[in-house]
Amino acid sequence: MQYVPNIRIVEMPCSGTIDHRVLLQAFEDGADGVFVAGCMEGDCHFQKGNYRARKRVNAVKKLLDEIGLGGERLEMYNLSAAMGPRFAEIANEMTERVRRLGPSPLKKQSAGTMEKEGDVA
Amino acid sequence: MIIAQQKPIKDIAEMIADCKKVLLVGCAGCVTVCLAGGEKETEILAAALRIMRRLQDNPLETVTYVATRQCDPEYIATMDNLVKDVDAIISLACGVGVQYIAERYHDKWVVPALDTKFIGGSKVHGVWEEKCGLCGDCVLHRTGGICPIIRCSKSILNGPCGGSQYGKCEISKDVDCAWQLIYDRMKALGRLDKLMEIQPPKDWSKSRDGGPRKAIREDVMIG
Repeated sequence: MQYVPNIRIVEMPCSGTIDHRVLLQAFEDGADGVFVAGCMEGDCHFQKGNYRARKRVNAVKKLLDEIGLGGERLEMYNLSAAMGPRFAEIANEMTERVRRLGPSPLKKQSAGTMEKEGDVA
Repeated sequence: MIIAQQKPIKDIAEMIADCKKVLLVGCAGCVTVCLAGGEKETEILAAALRIMRRLQDNPLETVTYVATRQCDPEYIATMDNLVKDVDAIISLACGVGVQYIAERYHDKWVVPALDTKFIGGSKVHGVWEEKCGLCGDCVLHRTGGICPIIRCSKSILNGPCGGSQYGKCEISKDVDCAWQLIYDRMKALGRLDKLMEIQPPKDWSKSRDGGPRKAIREDVMIG
């Protein structure tokens, strides 16, 4: 099993823990594209985690379109932990898609810390 | 609770187009429950606005904060030290919160991120429905617990109109006729006679017709 070396894997306990903010942060931190790999539909250990993940991914895709980054840079896939070759295939497929789209336009500027949590203690 | 929904992000971005640093203030009250302006939504909006502005080569600095309630001035005061160096404040509260913030910070550009929609409840997770017309003079004890003010499209007080067909309102087949619901429930309760009682005309001065309203409880006032 071989796949392109440019992918950074962020492990989550369940795709259902995927949050809009995590996805947006990946893009703010310079990711050219993000894909969420959830379990096969119907196979979620927590019953609905992967369905919920897909809904959130779709919502963030729509948001990315609205703000001009493009929803194509984000995708949701379903595969099991035993499907290594399929993972490699998806990794290559997504890499090809992102290559076609080009580097993230957010990389034009350094991904500095432009965010701050309000602290009024 | 008050139900609100976020405005289109392009509209919000336009309101702060000339700002370099903004404070986004969420509210832990109603808008957290209806998933429009809580901590999560505040951070998502901040991230989206930052990305949008970086794409325009005009970076935006954001500060986020969530007030316990924006409809209580004492909680607005807790963010005094956050507003000093920002060009604008984006409130993710209902219209009450936006106004309390604007009242406290006279020299700040305060903008709403949400459209305040109605008073309602959660039918199922992700679906909210209007249930109260805020008329100021509740009639639910006479109508089987079903509000004719807001659930009847015409706010009729004496029974269904000619547009009621098969239990639905003429405006949409998805809208129940409130008066059909009222009749059915009163019948089931064995209280149809209550509907026959003559009622005086409703006093709409207790609603918005009387101008902005105030509720006062002198026994709990301090000082």
